[in-house]
Amino acid sequence: MTTFAFTLEAFTDIDFWIGVGILAGTYTIFALGLQINVGFTGIVNFGQAGFMAIGAYTMGILVVKAGWSFWLALPAATAVAMAAGLLIGLPSLRLRADYFAIVTIAFAEIVRYVAQNARELTGGNQGLLGYDDAWADVSFWILDRLDAIGMGDQFLLPLLLVTWITALVLIAVLSVVQRTPWGRVLRAIREDEDAARALGKNTFAYKLQSLMIGAALGALAGYFLALNLAFVSPESFEPLFTFIGYAVLILGGLASYAGVALGAIVLWTLLEATRFLDLPLAAEKVAALRFMLVGLLLILLMAYRPQGILGKRREMVLGD
Amino acid sequence: MEAGAPRSGIAGSLTRRALAWPRANPAQAAGGLLLAAMLALAIAYGIQPLAQRTINGVVSGSYFALGAVGLTLVYGTLKLVNFAHGDMLTFGAYVAFLFNVTIGLPIVVAALCAIAVTAALGVASDRVMWRPMRAKRAGLLQLLLMAIGLAFVIRNAIQLVAGTAPRRLDVDVTTSIAFLGLRIGRTELIAVVVGLATLAGVVLMLRHTLLGKQMRALSDNFDLAEVTGIDTDRIVVATWVFAAGLAGLAGVLLVASIGSMTINIGFFVLLSLFAAVILGGIGNAYGALVGGMVIGLAQEWSTLVLDARWKVAVGFAILIAVLVVRPSGIFGRERTL
Repeated sequence: MTTFAFTLEAFTDIDFWIGVGILAGTYTIFALGLQINVGFTGIVNFGQAGFMAIGAYTMGILVVKAGWSFWLALPAATAVAMAAGLLIGLPSLRLRADYFAIVTIAFAEIVRYVAQNARELTGGNQGLLGYDDAWADVSFWILDRLDAIGMGDQFLLPLLLVTWITALVLIAVLSVVQRTPWGRVLRAIREDEDAARALGKNTFAYKLQSLMIGAALGALAGYFLALNLAFVSPESFEPLFTFIGYAVLILGGLASYAGVALGAIVLWTLLEATRFLDLPLAAEKVAALRFMLVGLLLILLMAYRPQGILGKRREMVLGD
Repeated sequence: MEAGAPRSGIAGSLTRRALAWPRANPAQAAGGLLLAAMLALAIAYGIQPLAQRTINGVVSGSYFALGAVGLTLVYGTLKLVNFAHGDMLTFGAYVAFLFNVTIGLPIVVAALCAIAVTAALGVASDRVMWRPMRAKRAGLLQLLLMAIGLAFVIRNAIQLVAGTAPRRLDVDVTTSIAFLGLRIGRTELIAVVVGLATLAGVVLMLRHTLLGKQMRALSDNFDLAEVTGIDTDRIVVATWVFAAGLAGLAGVLLVASIGSMTINIGFFVLLSLFAAVILGGIGNAYGALVGGMVIGLAQEWSTLVLDARWKVAVGFAILIAVLVVRPSGIFGRERTL
């Protein structure tokens, strides 16, 4: 089977691992949003790529078109993503879970359509670039420090460090929040919304808050994606990426924030490793294989181990 | 049944009464709304441009309706939101391409092959995935994500074989027929005739044959249908043959009318199909037919007002509007959702 030979050198290459690491960190943050929605509140958000797009584009537009400072644009774009979560949640969070899934995926597609077609603002399919000068300064400052330990020639290392520091801080914060009374109400809604309501909890408000936090985390992931790619374009926000997020989520395990990080690392190592499969195929066909892999993974996980690697079966109450 | 609001007076009761009628007669209200939109557009833009858009709308409405009826029946019967349904349209179109262009058979034969192979794919997906999951009593999230996974597998398997370059069926896309200052492509005309004839057949089948009645009974209430002695397993298979076969045909008609296909075409259409299904009341086959037509018309009419690149977004907007105003759709019974 020479056609399936692996070139193993790739795995000793630090560039490979930095690339995988940044993607895994970005998708950890992305899927943490899904975890609070799906794993802890039981609301099936299929529009996470839309929130990521809103964050990345708002930040880019504010910096490039409106001349805002990058550091001001970040909180502003996060607020816009949360407002979008509020807007989409208000009419649709009262609906059944499957309707909510359809509405959110439709919402994410509308966002992508706008990004594609409002060319004056977003650059259309060409994308938007030139928002990362402020980040470049920070990146060089970190590189200067890294120079002292002889790692100053890895230009993407600062992004890797900042992405993972952010991801780990978020995991810690969310894990603490989950143990507060507020976090327990979310779980109660997931287990039995009617019972939570009967206890006098305004479950609708809690679900809205959960969705808005998920949206903010999606936006945050969008900034790291934007810094990693150096430009934002509609194709980075296809529904596929929401479901890569779900694959990360399920792989790591429902109702486990640390599991998200594990899932992201495993999945992105797997996906990026397929680039080195020495297949006699055109690039588009190798891409097709990778995404078939995502689809198969979702099917097999859901069929045989819906709770994922670290998840607990008894926390898997997303039944009817 | 709601408790009377303390805010009374003539104005309050008038608004209540004004809101009660469309609530009780959603189909008439939606029809009235459609008619009003048509009148307004005719006055603002002239009858001739509107008529041209209406023709285009009936063309897309016919394949939306074909796609939507299968989606809604699968939902009604199996409570499965089949996110892979759009990719079944794509699959049908590419199977037709295989038989029509690669092998060189006439388009009619290729379309029949597409229907048969897509129907087989539908049945296979049930045997391999959905039936075992029903036996396991899988939860909603499991089914949703498996459907998404299946969509990715189908779409990327097609890409693996056919690549990403746009493909065309061997049909005449340049000749068009002009009448009364309106025009329709010759292939589009054939597609719409085939589409409407199939839809009429679907309605007759659902209405008058035993199989059709059993399918609707299962879609309405699975357990009750089973208790009355219907062989549910047989009807489930029939539903898949029907749903996937129509999806295959819809894919062929879609690609024949717009001229070219890419692997994303079915997924793009899927959200319009959801809009049609929800507009018609999820699980309601007749509703899906009407919903598909309405979405097709609304998207084409919107090009009078908006740039054509926004017409797909119009479908999403209707979807969200329906869910906000009346989640049970225009033909669905009002119940808590």
